[in-house]
Amino acid sequence: MISTILIIGGGQAGAQAIDTLRREGFGGRLVLIGDEPELPYQRPPLSKKYLSGEMAADRLVFRHRSFYDEHRIELKLGALAVRLHPAARQVDLADGETLTYDRLLLGLGATSRLLTCPGAELPGVHYLRGLADVTPIQAGFKPGARVVIIGGGYIGLETAATCRKMGCAITVLEMADRVMNRVVAPCVSQYFAEEHRGQGVNILCDMRVVRLEGQGRVERVVCADGSSHAADLVIVGVGAVATTRLASDAGLACDNGIVVDQYCRTSDAAIYAAGDCTNHPSPRFGRRVRLESVDNAFEQAKTAALNMLDRPAAHDRVPWFWSDQFDNKLLIVGLSQDYDRQVLRGDPASRSFSVCYLKGTELLAVEAVNHSKDYMAARKLIVERALLDPQKLADPQRALKEAI
Amino acid sequence: MPKIVFAEPGGGRREIDAPLGLTLMEVARQHGVQGVVAQCGGACMCATCHVYVDPAWLARLEPREEMEEGMLESAWEPRDNSRLSCQIHITAELDGLHVTVPKRQR
Repeated sequence: MISTILIIGGGQAGAQAIDTLRREGFGGRLVLIGDEPELPYQRPPLSKKYLSGEMAADRLVFRHRSFYDEHRIELKLGALAVRLHPAARQVDLADGETLTYDRLLLGLGATSRLLTCPGAELPGVHYLRGLADVTPIQAGFKPGARVVIIGGGYIGLETAATCRKMGCAITVLEMADRVMNRVVAPCVSQYFAEEHRGQGVNILCDMRVVRLEGQGRVERVVCADGSSHAADLVIVGVGAVATTRLASDAGLACDNGIVVDQYCRTSDAAIYAAGDCTNHPSPRFGRRVRLESVDNAFEQAKTAALNMLDRPAAHDRVPWFWSDQFDNKLLIVGLSQDYDRQVLRGDPASRSFSVCYLKGTELLAVEAVNHSKDYMAARKLIVERALLDPQKLADPQRALKEAI
Repeated sequence: MPKIVFAEPGGGRREIDAPLGLTLMEVARQHGVQGVVAQCGGACMCATCHVYVDPAWLARLEPREEMEEGMLESAWEPRDNSRLSCQIHITAELDGLHVTVPKRQR
C-alpha cells in the first residue's frame, strides 16, 4: 500500500509528477520538497522575458498556491534534503526534520558548471540557473554597461540577446570555433552568429578564458591569446552537470546522471528519478542519454508517476529543444549523433530554413530555424522512423512530410 | 477581471477570472485547467496549449501569426477555430470568452 509519496525538486519534473499523481487518483500524502523559496516555476523565461523585465515573477509559476491546497499537496519550499536512507525509506532535511516515504521521486535537475580559472569568484561574475540569479544581473543593466558572456551555447546566446535589448554592450567569448557547436550544424551556428553580430553583439570564437581580473570586483576577462575584455558584468554559461550528490551519497547508481531504467526507476526499487538529473535509455535512438530538456523532464515525470502507482509505462520519447534569440526561433527535434548526411532545406538568407540529419535514408533529427512546419512534421517522421528521399528533402518547396 | 470559460476534456467546466496582461495559457495553467500542458511556457514552440475557440469569439482575437499557423498544422486534430492559448492575451474585450480544450495535445 502506497500511502506517502515524496518528491524532491520543485522544477518541471516535480511539478508534473504532482499533477499526474493526483489526476491518476493517488489520494495519499503527497509532499514536494524544493530548495528554492518560490512556488514551482518555469525556468526557460529566465534568460529571456523575465530577465528583460517583460514578464513578472507571478507569470512564471506553474500553479497558484490555491491549486496545491485544493489538491492537498504539502509544499516544503526553501527546504534542503541533505541525506537519503533508502533502507529505511527516509529523507533528512537540513532543518532536522525526517520524512518517511513509500515512493520517492528525485527531480534534482542540473547545476551550472563552474568556471575554475583564477578570478572566477570575483564579485560581478554571475551564473543563470534560478530566479535568485536574475536580480543581481538586472542590477547591472545600465545603458552602455559592458557585459562579457563566457560561453556561446543556448544560455550564453539567449542572455546575450536579452542584455543587448536592454542596451548593454555585449561580448560573447566562445571556446570552440563556432557558437552552439555541440548542438547545431555549422550553417545554423553561422546564421545565429551573424544575427547576433547584426544586432551589435561582439561574438568571438576560439577564445579560451584563462583568468578574470579586477580590484575587489571583476573588471576584465583575459584569454589565452593575450586579449583582454573589459567587463562591468560577467555571465558564465559553460554548461551544466546533473545534480546527483544526494543520490550517489545514498549509494544509488550514478554515471553522468542518476541511472534509471525505462520506467524511471533508479537502482533502488522505491526511488524514481526524472529530468535533467537522469541518465536514461532512449529506445528510439538505442543508447543511454542525459538530456537538458523541459519536455524530457515533463515526460519522465509522468512516466515515473504512473509506475509509482503500479501502472506500467515506459519512457520512449523523441527529445526536442528550443531557443529564442532576438526574433529567431530555433527548434531542434531528435538526436543527430550517428548521422551520415546533412540536408539543408531552404536558404539561410531567407531567415527560414532547416537542416535534416539522415542515417542512410532514415531521419534522425531536424534543426529548424523560424520554420515551425518542418519541425512539427519532423516530430512525427522521427517517431515513425520514416525513410526519406534525400532529393525530395532538399527541395524546400516540397513539404517535409511529403519527402518520403 | 474578464471571465473565461474553459470546457475541459473530462467534461468539467471552469469559469476563471483572468487578470489582464496574462495569456490564456497562463491563466489555464495556473488554475490547473485539465489538458492545457503548455510545455514551452508561451514561446509558441510546442503546440501543447492548443484550444478550440468558440466560433462566435474568433473574429475578436488577433489573427494567428505564421509560427502559430505552422505549429497548429500538425497539432492533434486541428480545426478552423484552433488556437494556441499562449498567443491569446487577456483583454477586457474577452470577458465571457469560451474555449474547449481538446482530448489530447498531440
